[in-house]
Amino acid sequence: MDVSALLGGAIIGLAASLLWVFNGRIAGVSGMISRLPERTDSGPAFLGGLLTVGLVLGLTTGAPQANDPNIGLALSSGALVGLGTFLANGCTSGHGVCGIARLSKRSVVSTLIFMGAAGVTVFLRGLL
Amino acid sequence: MRSLLAFLSGGLFALGLSVSGMTDPSKVLGFLDVSGAWDPSLMWVMVGAIAVFASVYWFVKRSKPVLAPSFHPPTRVGIDGRLIAGSVLFGVGWGLSGICPGPAVVNAASGQVTYVAFAMAMTVVLVGSRWVTHRTPEATLRSEVA
Repeated sequence: MDVSALLGGAIIGLAASLLWVFNGRIAGVSGMISRLPERTDSGPAFLGGLLTVGLVLGLTTGAPQANDPNIGLALSSGALVGLGTFLANGCTSGHGVCGIARLSKRSVVSTLIFMGAAGVTVFLRGLL
Repeated sequence: MRSLLAFLSGGLFALGLSVSGMTDPSKVLGFLDVSGAWDPSLMWVMVGAIAVFASVYWFVKRSKPVLAPSFHPPTRVGIDGRLIAGSVLFGVGWGLSGICPGPAVVNAASGQVTYVAFAMAMTVVLVGSRWVTHRTPEATLRSEVA
């Protein structure tokens, strides 16, 4: 068992719990990004927290290397993730963590599909 | 107060992603690549996160949140083509890069070009898609007439 993975996961769960108990909001990152222009009271601030800690981590430990530095690939996979999470109304945080914890049928189905599709993509890319 | 709480929650969320190793695309791809040396980390991250959030969601009984008038759980129900197609597209994009929205935002803050490009493309598509589909009825009518 990977202790740091389990501990990190618990910290993620704690962060989502705080947002729920105090603000009544689900910690779904893709939803918060899509609603940025609506200037809700939780979304932009949450994303600001992600960016601030990301900046500190970048300056101290440094961000992990991207698997493939190809900019075209980064742009196209970013666009696919954007369109996919918009249509599915959620990503790894909203569906994968919060939705499964809420026993949402939509989230369980979505998570199984996006993990399956990602696994197939990695496998096919390995064949090239 | 709500914004401050959300800011702290986001910071803690980013810390959790980093501690768990999930900001590292190679660890995510190591989980998705079941044919190679499988890295189960992502599974343990989800177990930890779901266990904590589920405990709070199901066992902390409050009529309303501490700082807000009401809870806002997602309202959509039912499995439809949109959910399935979106999940497939998201999975393909995630599998190509090993990056999903949370880690994309955290890593983009480091200024590394690959993450900034990913996060910008993702943000433009997310905000643009919602803008196109959530325009006012008048705007929709105008575009139909035109």
